Amino acid sequence: MIVLNVNGREYQVDAAVSTPLLYALRDYLQLNGAKFGCGLGQCGACTVMVDGKPVLSCITPISVLSGRRIKTIEGLGTIDNPGPVQRAFIDEQAAQCGYCIPGMMMRAQALLEANPAPSKADIRRHMNANLCRCGTHMRILRAVERAVGYLKNDRSAG
Amino acid sequence: MSRMRGSWKSVPQSSSDRIQGTLSRREFLVRGGALVVSFSMARGALGAQPQEPQNVGKEPKKAPALPGSLKNAPLLDSWIRIDADGTITVFSGKAELGQGIKTALIQVAAEELAVEPRTINLVTADTSRTPNEGYTAGSQSMSDGATAIQHAAAQVRAILAGIAAQRLNVPLSELTVHMGAVRAKDGRSLRFGELVTGEALHVQAAPQSPLRDPKTRGVMGKSLPRVDIPSKVTGRPSYVHDLRLPNMVHARVVRPPGYGARLQTVDTSSAEKMPGVLRIVRNGSFLAVVAEREYQAIVAMRALARTAQWSESRELPRAADAYDHFQKLPQEVYVDAGGPADIATGPGTISATYRRPYQMHASIGPSCAVALAEQGMLTVWSHTQGAYPLRNAIAEMLRMPAERIRCIHMEGSGCYGHNGADDAAADAALIANAFVGRPVRVQWMREDEHTWEPYGSMMIGTARARLDGPNVTEWQYEVWSNTHNARPGPAGNLSTAWQIDTPFTPPPPKPAPLPAGGGNRNAIPIYSFQNTRVVHHFVPEMPLRVSALRGLGAYANVFAIESFMDELATAAKIDPLDFRLRHLDDGRARDVINAVAERFGWGRFQKQRGRGRGFAFARYKNYAAYCAVAIEVEADRELGLVKPIRVVAAIDSGEAVNPDGIRNQTEGGVIQSLSWTLYEAVTFESRRITSRDWSTYPIMRFSNVPDTLEVHVITRPGMPFLGTGEAAQGPTSAAVANAIADAIGVRVRELPITRAHIRAAVGIQET
Repeated sequence: MIVLNVNGREYQVDAAVSTPLLYALRDYLQLNGAKFGCGLGQCGACTVMVDGKPVLSCITPISVLSGRRIKTIEGLGTIDNPGPVQRAFIDEQAAQCGYCIPGMMMRAQALLEANPAPSKADIRRHMNANLCRCGTHMRILRAVERAVGYLKNDRSAG
Repeated sequence: MSRMRGSWKSVPQSSSDRIQGTLSRREFLVRGGALVVSFSMARGALGAQPQEPQNVGKEPKKAPALPGSLKNAPLLDSWIRIDADGTITVFSGKAELGQGIKTALIQVAAEELAVEPRTINLVTADTSRTPNEGYTAGSQSMSDGATAIQHAAAQVRAILAGIAAQRLNVPLSELTVHMGAVRAKDGRSLRFGELVTGEALHVQAAPQSPLRDPKTRGVMGKSLPRVDIPSKVTGRPSYVHDLRLPNMVHARVVRPPGYGARLQTVDTSSAEKMPGVLRIVRNGSFLAVVAEREYQAIVAMRALARTAQWSESRELPRAADAYDHFQKLPQEVYVDAGGPADIATGPGTISATYRRPYQMHASIGPSCAVALAEQGMLTVWSHTQGAYPLRNAIAEMLRMPAERIRCIHMEGSGCYGHNGADDAAADAALIANAFVGRPVRVQWMREDEHTWEPYGSMMIGTARARLDGPNVTEWQYEVWSNTHNARPGPAGNLSTAWQIDTPFTPPPPKPAPLPAGGGNRNAIPIYSFQNTRVVHHFVPEMPLRVSALRGLGAYANVFAIESFMDELATAAKIDPLDFRLRHLDDGRARDVINAVAERFGWGRFQKQRGRGRGFAFARYKNYAAYCAVAIEVEADRELGLVKPIRVVAAIDSGEAVNPDGIRNQTEGGVIQSLSWTLYEAVTFESRRITSRDWSTYPIMRFSNVPDTLEVHVITRPGMPFLGTGEAAQGPTSAAVANAIADAIGVRVRELPITRAHIRAAVGIQET
């Protein structure tokens, strides 16, 4: 039994400690955001945040995550009250099939938390780890740029 | 939002939902309280099925009396149902694949019914509920599916107006239909729910429909936000991968190491004892493990795989001479355009041969399915492109009647054609049949998808032409290809069915008929040359597993034809764009070309060292969407490196229902084609596929997508929908090849245009 802190809540997960975080999230906590893409750490579909950094949940065993803050797209907002990155992806219509998008959003969120004013080149470089097969790249890049503005507004409003 | 929840709820999770289709009409009326009952569907689902369309287009001129897919299900209430409370449900046999079709179908229905789009609940591809529209493929969801809904909705609106005219006792001309009600000039109005009684909509569709005036569009033509995106970006269940049924178990399949491998021995004893393992399922060479938890299934699958002994007999061709080997295989020869056999031969002709390797769909999410065998019924949830054909295939494989199987489409990762979806569904069905009473979820591993999906066929195209000054007087093109359609329908097209005790074998492939064609799709040039001959060498034998990949043969044929057009323009010393326009009469073709030329600044282009521009055009299938693409690249001759800088595309796919949806699809088509064209080839060795993951089959990344990508949508209000999803791939491939040739002065004719192929064309010997 291991305790995981996911999106600000603590969960007891009764899984073998070698279980990758992805399966703990999807199969035990019934969170859909993180996706299985390769199981090899190559595509980024499973990207979540751990202590503010992007992490590939398909190759990260839960044994190393006790006491650490895990965040998934479910922690960014809800369908009725989407967060800034989610709003930006909706407003840019930055999805085709959408399967890679949660991983994209978590990688973007990690960038924006570390660097609130990234350049276009920063964004491209940072997002390079994640693969998209539908060819939605241009919209994803625009959505991340848009999210920069939304986060800035939210900060000044807050 | 309510729409999305509505469609999610439509997934049957209770037994009462599941038995709905077998209730009698009386029971349904009593229980459901609905005045209109879509029992045409229940009958359709249980009775004789219309013939399934293949993955080929239908020539519009030969269209039957009923528009689009209405011919598959001619009763109006197969498509549209209005309940007493005014709830509108639209049924489509087409499936959301990430192309945004749900949003477009809702817009079309809303426009013709004169209601708000948010009031429409859309139900898609489900063998118990929706019409059979075959496959969601070939860029035909708009031309077939949306056209059917448009006409059905217009006829429903007219029926409702007619009933209102009788009830209110006023002439039709004094009635208006607006926001779900029919209003008379005197202010009286009747809501749709009040008007629909008895079997008002249970009538045959008419060939003609009172379509609304395209000048008064309210919903069509607007870029409505996609209905599926909010769920997807907030983690609500959106994919079959996210389906969690009560008591569900997880399975993984131990795939054979290569085609034709047979399972000799396996020691199941240690896997059986592993935590969570419930059952090892073996059926011939099909081997799977069922566990309580997903990761437990994966760990046990790996343990099983370590003990499995396979016999491998099938030899793959030598990769180094795969093209030569392919061209020497037995072939059927068809003359698709019958100019004299000796044209464009002999002295004075220009010729070139273009090659396209096996390429894969490479979906980001490996295929997944859930199946439940219970009380003699088998229900399968799948991201298949064809719920009805899949049902037939599973029925044949399991030797059970199709009416005891229900296939329900749920979204998956983008498929771009026939990927592992149907096989995963067959896996789930087979395992569920051996594990009755609990839903079984199967997801493929990455290497399963990469090595077992059916690829896009290897292709070779040889073009020859004779020029008289600036004019092509003789043109001959020959193309060699495997089939581009090995979809289920037949069980022999399911890889699962190859492995079971009494295995099925794939049916002999047949060439798809023109004008849509398969390997010869877009092989006939759209240009008006004085003499044209096109020959299709159909190669039935398939060294690697192949089927439909987005665009079928059009991708390679347009790459060849549009590369060759540039080579001819160079020989004729004419601007390549002018050269095309000289040979092109179609006004809509000229419009997309001119739009791209203007937006790209073709005439103003200043050539810089290491930069080049390229252009290409095609009309998909020669009867669907028009698409032109111009690309500027940066390319290094010695290093063999290419970076696309700027892309401008224009597309005319008839009346644009959702312009941003068309832009999104076209942007995706451009980027995916850049990836195919610059990076992608399936690799293999003597018995095995060696493209097993993203490191051995690289695709385009953010670092290499263009700096800018503009798509201009030309809309044609009132004109037929032509479809969008496959229009850009062909032109993009040739445009980038032409731009590279312009930049480095050397032509690369073998795909992908990698560093090695560029350096070989330049003449650099690799050491």
